[in-house]
Amino acid sequence: MKTLLWGALPYIAVVLLVAGTIWRFRYDKFGWTTRSSQVYESRLLNVASPMFHYGILFVVVGHVMGLFVPERWTDNVGLNEHTYHLLSLYGGTAAGVLAVLGILMLLYRRRTNAPVFKATTANDKVMYLVLLAAIVLGMWAKLAHSSVSEGYDYRQTIAPWVRSLFTLQPDIDRMAGVPLLYRIHAVVGLLLIALVPFTRLIHMFSAPVQYLFRPYVVYRSRDEGQLGARPERRGWEKSKL
Amino acid sequence: MRPMAQIAMVMNLDKCIGCHTCSVTCKQAWTNRNGMEYVWFNNVETRPGQGYPRRYEDQEKWRGGWELNRRGALKLKNGGRIKSLLSIFSNPKLPEIKDYYEPWTYDYKNLTDAPLGDDYPVAEPRSLIDGKPMKVEWSSNWDDNLGGAPEYGDLDPMVEKVRRQARQAEADEQARQAADKVKFAFEQTFMFYLPRICEHCLNPSCVSSCPSGAMYKRAEDGIVLVDQDGCRGWRKCVTGCPYKKVYFNHATGKAEKCTLCYPRVEVGLPTVCSETCVGRLRYLGVILYDADKVTEAASTQDEQALYEAQLGVFLDPEDAGVRQAAERAGIPYDWVEAARRSPVHALISKYKVALPLHPEYRTMPMVWYIPPLSPVVDALTETGHDGEDADNLFGAIDTLRIPLEYLAEIFTAGDVGPVRSSLTKLAAMRAHMRAVNLGERPDRAIAEAVGMDGPGIEEMYRLLAVAKYEDRYVIPTAAVGDARRLEESAVPDTCSLDHADGPGMGGDGPFGQDSGGKQLPLVTIENFHAARKRQTSDEEPDDVREQQ
Repeated sequence: MKTLLWGALPYIAVVLLVAGTIWRFRYDKFGWTTRSSQVYESRLLNVASPMFHYGILFVVVGHVMGLFVPERWTDNVGLNEHTYHLLSLYGGTAAGVLAVLGILMLLYRRRTNAPVFKATTANDKVMYLVLLAAIVLGMWAKLAHSSVSEGYDYRQTIAPWVRSLFTLQPDIDRMAGVPLLYRIHAVVGLLLIALVPFTRLIHMFSAPVQYLFRPYVVYRSRDEGQLGARPERRGWEKSKL
Repeated sequence: MRPMAQIAMVMNLDKCIGCHTCSVTCKQAWTNRNGMEYVWFNNVETRPGQGYPRRYEDQEKWRGGWELNRRGALKLKNGGRIKSLLSIFSNPKLPEIKDYYEPWTYDYKNLTDAPLGDDYPVAEPRSLIDGKPMKVEWSSNWDDNLGGAPEYGDLDPMVEKVRRQARQAEADEQARQAADKVKFAFEQTFMFYLPRICEHCLNPSCVSSCPSGAMYKRAEDGIVLVDQDGCRGWRKCVTGCPYKKVYFNHATGKAEKCTLCYPRVEVGLPTVCSETCVGRLRYLGVILYDADKVTEAASTQDEQALYEAQLGVFLDPEDAGVRQAAERAGIPYDWVEAARRSPVHALISKYKVALPLHPEYRTMPMVWYIPPLSPVVDALTETGHDGEDADNLFGAIDTLRIPLEYLAEIFTAGDVGPVRSSLTKLAAMRAHMRAVNLGERPDRAIAEAVGMDGPGIEEMYRLLAVAKYEDRYVIPTAAVGDARRLEESAVPDTCSLDHADGPGMGGDGPFGQDSGGKQLPLVTIENFHAARKRQTSDEEPDDVREQQ
């Protein structure tokens, strides 16, 4: 069981994430969208959606800091465990509260607004369940094992386990003493990662950063294969229009 | 100079009877689908009126189009790139479906399935958005023919603008009169129809707003399209378009818009709206323009100078230099020829009777309008004057039932000059053609008064009044353009042997001719026996394709 959860599940999730994304990109570009429901209801969304998204982005940054920055590094720049704990407690809680409030408002809107609820698919419902579970469990785990003076130091256990996954030698034993809530949160989190390519969460991979660097007006030539009996042959063609 | 070709449209508003045939046929062809119930790529608005979606012209609210920043450079009115990305998680300026209208159907089943009772069964309206019974309170065309104008007419953003300007210049007699003229008392009111499609702008703000780069302007014909595989549903284009002609498909979560019926235009057919137009008021043709000048023209400081600035972007296809540059830029010969015969070019640049819709949005729109010469002739006749006499007509234009100031807010950012000039030309045409029809000698002074000559007026008359199908639609096919591309150009700008893998391709290189690169497949020439077999056999041999 331990091996399955901490040795196999992470790899399964990552394989599903990568393979699923490639599959989605090749077979379902048309379905790759945020599926916005803003045309039905705008007022609540304008508050809740930025709140949730900015919250969850800070949460992601927090996870990257906690899991991928070894304790040794923060020690070297003179950040001791207690200071780090306070940073993670206050910063993480602030981001978490934003995300939780945001998603609760979004869920309320989704349930009570008839057109929005009608546009909600079964796929969405599963996704919302797992997403909400992951966020709430994470908050719960953090707050249940923390006080201002000290908190559970996941950087001795969970973080090294996560990093060991990348060397393909998962350090399963590290997860043995981890509190139950953290373990459930980790499993649900992995499940969420696996779900990403198969739900609307896929829109996170289309963050349009390229918009900052392209010219405003985009010109494109007509698809050459679209007209005429056959595509142009090489040899005689002049360069493109 | 970087010439590009654009398929553009002109609509002659004098002929529009507001029958909505264009809207209906467009709807049937393009948007009779799930998720697009509320969408009309083509709609016909009664002006004055709020339009569709309601009050879309109020850019202080909807933030569409461009504006100039402090340094005088173009900037999207809804904010630049960084602001756009930071506010990507919701779009505060997005119209909701209710700003268009909530689409509905009727519960027809109740007519046959209702239980026996005292009441006569009715088909209740049901919302197509949430499926529940609804009260029908608005539609794409609720204020058709001034329906509800005494109540809603004041909400027309252009009416507000005319009145605001009048209030600011309270002392100015003329402006105050203009305000008085925008009346909604039923017996004094005025109206005309304004059919609208996507403007396929030269400087499209929707394309510029798209974070995914899924919207694009086609290089060959200037049609603005949405790549459905690239769209990620950020909805920035809906806000970016000041004409609100990009729509959000709420079933697929992607943006859709008028395609100028490109599958038809590519094979030389007019768009569905043009083809089915009962009043035959639409014109389609090619316009050549200089892509290098677009940004500069759109940045013109004075809003009222934008119309002239856009005219300056267009190229004259009669100019030999322009034709050569177009050829060099890869515009097919047939397209340049079509540009010379283009009715759109004639109405916009030659006769200067067509005007752009809201040039102040700085998008350089490419669907232009000939302003309506409202029922001026009849009105004049009623007052006991000769309604078709040129002098009477010219004098009457400033007191038209449709106030010049209102038209100017729509077509020239408030400058009445071009509107008056266009209307006097139409009036001169009436007076001149009356003389012709009565067998009189037309007074040359009439034509000269509007800067034209007799033959010019008669040509314009042929285009506007006779309006033959082949004169209204001069559309070169895309296939001809492609075929042309396969041939060698008449004015080659490079050595014709200089194509990829060709002998002129920069010499043999350091490793000799056979090194690297892909070889052309070896082709065997059909041998003597194979040729005789093919020529004498009764059936076509299976391998004939291989041998060729």
